Amino acid sequence: MHKVSDQHHDQHATTLPPANPHPAHGDVRPGPGPLTERTKLLSDATRADIDAWVQRFPPDRSRSAVLAALRAAQHQNHGWLSTELMDAVAEYLRLPPIQVYEVASFYSMFETKPCGRVHVSVCTNISCWLRGAERIVEAVEKHLGVKTGESTPDGRFYLKREEECLAACNNAPMMMVDHVYHEHLTPESACRVLDEVK
Amino acid sequence: MSQDLVNIEVNGLPVQARKGQMIIEVTDAQDVYVPRFCYHEKLSVAANCRMCLVEVEKAPKPLPACATPVAEGMKVYTKSPKAIGAQRATMEFLLINHPLDCPICDQGGECELQDLAMGFGRDVSRFTERKRVVKDKNLGPLISTDMTRCIHCTRCVRFTAEVAGIQELGTTGRGETTEIGTWIEKSVDHELSGNVIDLCPVGALNSKPFRYQGRSWEMVAQEVVSPHDPVGANLYAHVRRGRLMRVVPRPNEAVNETWIADRDRFSYEAVYAPDRLQQPMLRENGEWKVVDWQTALEAAARGLQDVVRVHGAEQVGVLSLPTATTEEHYLVAKLARALGTGNVDHRLRQVDFRDQAADPLYPSLGMAVADLESLDAALVVGSHLRHEAPLLAHRLRKAATRRRARVSFVNPAEFPYLFPIAAYRSVAPDAMVAELLAIARAAAETAGASLPATVAAAAGGVPVGDAHRAIAASLAADGRRLVLLGALAQRHPAWADLRAAAAAVAQLTGATLGYVPDGGNVAGACLAGALPHREAGGRPAARAGLDARAMWEGNLRAYVLHGGLEPELDATGGPAADALARAQFVVALTPFAPESVKRFAHVLLPIGTCFETSGTFVNLEGRWQGFMAAARQVGESRPGWKVLRVLGNLLNLPGFEYDSSEQVLNELRARLGDGAGALADTAFRGSRAVDANDGRRGPLVDVPLYQVDPLVRRAPALQQTRDAGQPFTAY
Repeated sequence: MHKVSDQHHDQHATTLPPANPHPAHGDVRPGPGPLTERTKLLSDATRADIDAWVQRFPPDRSRSAVLAALRAAQHQNHGWLSTELMDAVAEYLRLPPIQVYEVASFYSMFETKPCGRVHVSVCTNISCWLRGAERIVEAVEKHLGVKTGESTPDGRFYLKREEECLAACNNAPMMMVDHVYHEHLTPESACRVLDEVK
Repeated sequence: MSQDLVNIEVNGLPVQARKGQMIIEVTDAQDVYVPRFCYHEKLSVAANCRMCLVEVEKAPKPLPACATPVAEGMKVYTKSPKAIGAQRATMEFLLINHPLDCPICDQGGECELQDLAMGFGRDVSRFTERKRVVKDKNLGPLISTDMTRCIHCTRCVRFTAEVAGIQELGTTGRGETTEIGTWIEKSVDHELSGNVIDLCPVGALNSKPFRYQGRSWEMVAQEVVSPHDPVGANLYAHVRRGRLMRVVPRPNEAVNETWIADRDRFSYEAVYAPDRLQQPMLRENGEWKVVDWQTALEAAARGLQDVVRVHGAEQVGVLSLPTATTEEHYLVAKLARALGTGNVDHRLRQVDFRDQAADPLYPSLGMAVADLESLDAALVVGSHLRHEAPLLAHRLRKAATRRRARVSFVNPAEFPYLFPIAAYRSVAPDAMVAELLAIARAAAETAGASLPATVAAAAGGVPVGDAHRAIAASLAADGRRLVLLGALAQRHPAWADLRAAAAAVAQLTGATLGYVPDGGNVAGACLAGALPHREAGGRPAARAGLDARAMWEGNLRAYVLHGGLEPELDATGGPAADALARAQFVVALTPFAPESVKRFAHVLLPIGTCFETSGTFVNLEGRWQGFMAAARQVGESRPGWKVLRVLGNLLNLPGFEYDSSEQVLNELRARLGDGAGALADTAFRGSRAVDANDGRRGPLVDVPLYQVDPLVRRAPALQQTRDAGQPFTAY
């Protein structure tokens, strides 16, 4: 098992530039955007995370931070991105909102509709499939009582629709629960993993 | 030069091409057709439709011609079996999910997919799976959607991001669930948004007002010119059996490139508005009744003659709307002067006429429209440019985004601009003159020059800040520079002072002074002499008359209104409605008969809109653009020039024997001599000193985008847009 990305930030004060006097759509100034009613939807920790990512790109390329920003925003919102949150990210990174919707709807790790807190992705790509992924999916579906693409009624688990290869073919079959990989699965061990999730 | 060229071969023929050019640019220049959907010469390269695959020698696979730069010795084959095979395969994939609904599709007959399917498609589909279906989007009142037809070329997305300047459309989802749209329910609001209709190579985005109204092959394309702003966008009017069905752009790189504004595209519906005046009408004892032309014209002539006989010709005021043709303006002015009055004007929203003697021949841009793109710095004074002339704003945006031109504004409010701005000074109207004086002082400091005499006294005590110095410095740098006075500036209560101050800035920095005329054919009106102080060609009037505002304030006995003038909306420069209500006799030559006009008029003479008459518009760079009548006259209406001609005859005025609008035009051209068609000199030669303590105040009226003239006000689709909701604003 290895953790991929589950950063947690301490809250720390960030200095933000003054509010943009010209909130025209053509604003292409570098750096994070203003602190407004909308961008305040992003928590201090989320904004700190985004600021750190913005720092890593050239000043006029804050758009490059959109993936990291969406990941932080989704984390803050227990696993899914509301339109309001995406708008907040857009304003914070000075992007037209549609550019944020494009990214959020393209990548399978972002959810744009309410779903369970714990994201369960069973890999069904070729290596895992050859090693019995279908039986894992079947077992997990039965164990959680939902089909892929559905969330449990208690709002705990979200069984994601077919994932693409998660690059753990050497230990197939595998699944990812939140950001943690579980490998060499059997139907029994997969269910046990889910039982152990807090 | 030669090292910038490479030698390539296209289908076996040697061709020279510029380094870095894409194959498709070279083949297009050689008239070798390569099929394409996503490529558009005005947009960035996306290379996502794969229709332009061509064979390139030594390349292992066919390459997209739109995204492959030429290289020395490259051999390109556009019609080899490998190229054709790749193109056919692409077409087969594109047709997998495309519905076979051409018979009910508005694009049918003018569809790029349909055309290319004829050349590259199979007659039978091998695809037996389920086709995908995409929910239609509501993009607002102008653009209809049938998103199942979309082939994801992303031309519309790139247009909003690159040309409009604000990405309103996007590609959401992935793989088979990819969709073009706005994601959230939202209209597309940019003032150039309708251009995505032309860009869409399939029937996914179409004109909403034109939906199911006609077929492309039933219509005849007539060349016309937009009357809505002084750019004079070139248009095709599509006409079916005399009826105007829709309007599309007519490409002209020098004027509108391939774009037109939404109001150019959708204003045509107004031609058939419910309050269109179909027959001549006469008011007798407070009752309106329909009469024949002879009766109406005689009543008009009699009414005017009565006033002239009893009260003198000075009691007649003649006003034309700036959207009238040059020929009409000429005849309006000729009629007024022949009647014996100099009271003729078209400047219906102007308030301050104190320095009209220093006006240029006509308010011109001072440079060609296309030259705006190569500006290095500009100062825009008193202009909501995106609303006044959307295509000028687009050109200026190009300069700012591509050349990093430093564009600054001095405006009475914050108007959103979709490009990086050097400085934006939003100040109250009565502080605008001082703001410009401060910039002039800063410019004088930088140049080590003294202020021109016109502003020296007034600028003395004006404080200069860093912002003023920065603007002055941007205008004083090398390159092409412009100080642009907008329509708002020309409506300013102290326009004379504002202009003198702006001219001082231009003079001190060496920038060109330019104007955005307040109306479509203002240049034509000025050249034709529809001015109280000047006759045709700018000659001083033999008998100077009252300006528009003075005509209203003077409560004249009679008024002649030409072009569909509505006092509350068009003539904001003075108390027009009051004056007209009190007048003894008002004759209106108008395409429309709204209640507001029926309240005061005595005779209504129905004239054609610019779509139903031949004529000429002169744009703000002095370009004379003639056109023929595109559509059949509505009802018994007649072209404006004909009505003016007959009115002249009935008034027994000399020189009204014309058989065609061309004769009118030729007479005007003869009077203009060599000056016709030249760009008016905008250098300011006024000598009137700015009086900063004059205290001229008053409302500064901002006319919304879709209220500027009688046509746009009556276009239902435009009136449903978000921009239409904007009220008249007085700053």
